[in-house]
Amino acid sequence: MSTHHYDPAATVRSYLMVFGALMVFTALTVAAAYIDMGAMNNVVAMAIAITKAVMVMLIFMHVRESSPLIWLTIASGVLFFLIMVGITMIDMTSRGLMGILGK
Amino acid sequence: MSDTATRLQHHFANEEQQLDASTFGMWVFLVTEILFFGAVFCAYIVYRTHYPEVFAHGAHHLDVVLGAFNTVVLIASSLTMAMAVHSARVDEQRDLARYLVGTMFLGLVFLGVKAYEYTHKFHEGLFPGNFFYQADDAPLQRLFFSIYFTLTGLHAVHMIIGIAILAVILVQAMRHHYGPRWHTPVEIMGLYWHFVDLVWIFLFPLLYLIGRHG
Repeated sequence: MSTHHYDPAATVRSYLMVFGALMVFTALTVAAAYIDMGAMNNVVAMAIAITKAVMVMLIFMHVRESSPLIWLTIASGVLFFLIMVGITMIDMTSRGLMGILGK
Repeated sequence: MSDTATRLQHHFANEEQQLDASTFGMWVFLVTEILFFGAVFCAYIVYRTHYPEVFAHGAHHLDVVLGAFNTVVLIASSLTMAMAVHSARVDEQRDLARYLVGTMFLGLVFLGVKAYEYTHKFHEGLFPGNFFYQADDAPLQRLFFSIYFTLTGLHAVHMIIGIAILAVILVQAMRHHYGPRWHTPVEIMGLYWHFVDLVWIFLFPLLYLIGRHG
């Protein structure tokens, strides 16, 4: 990352703004949990969590000004997590479809 | 004194490349951490898909107020950690020490609340062990609490390790080891601390906030 154009005031301002946004989203996710939206409750909770996570990574973890190598590294981590969950769920949800012993 | 001396190792072209290499190495470690926690999250997804009512029932034994309080505490600790890294970059030595102490303090508050919650669960017989108490109206409750204690326990272990490393960095910071030219351990520690915060950002809604409506 480049430290040549480091702006102290702008950096502190961005940290405080992210902190404020994280507080607002925390309040939102608690409030949303008490409203019955059916299956949408999970979607809303995860959408808020992912938004918070992206803000933490981009600003607090300096990913915004990091090299493409760092972006690729993070993407590979997320990809392999999705592969692990995806293949596991394909297995778990399809076991009953075939009459295989010991399923 | 140490900031004027170069910390550049001979196998790097310059200090910027050296910091990039350290940052990349830390992110590779954090990817293994994503998959480490990911395995337990995977178990969570499998079992919650099969037994949604068990999870909704189990979550009612958790205290939303304490969970939300700890979320706020941990996000605040992420802010102080980010400010500590910033202080090292702009050579504010006193602020660096203050923000490191603040981060450790907030981490300890989080663990204190967690210890209170755990004690309460032990007394209620909700810890999956010899004294687990299976309420009649809550079949398979052991399943939810096995996953709850595994996820929050692993998370708490990461916090304890983080606070221990912060203590070492604090001592070094008070000896003015870090400044604008060299503060790699503070940067790397920041990445670790924010990662622990990231895990909790997902744990809070997945454990405390499910099945609250209706």
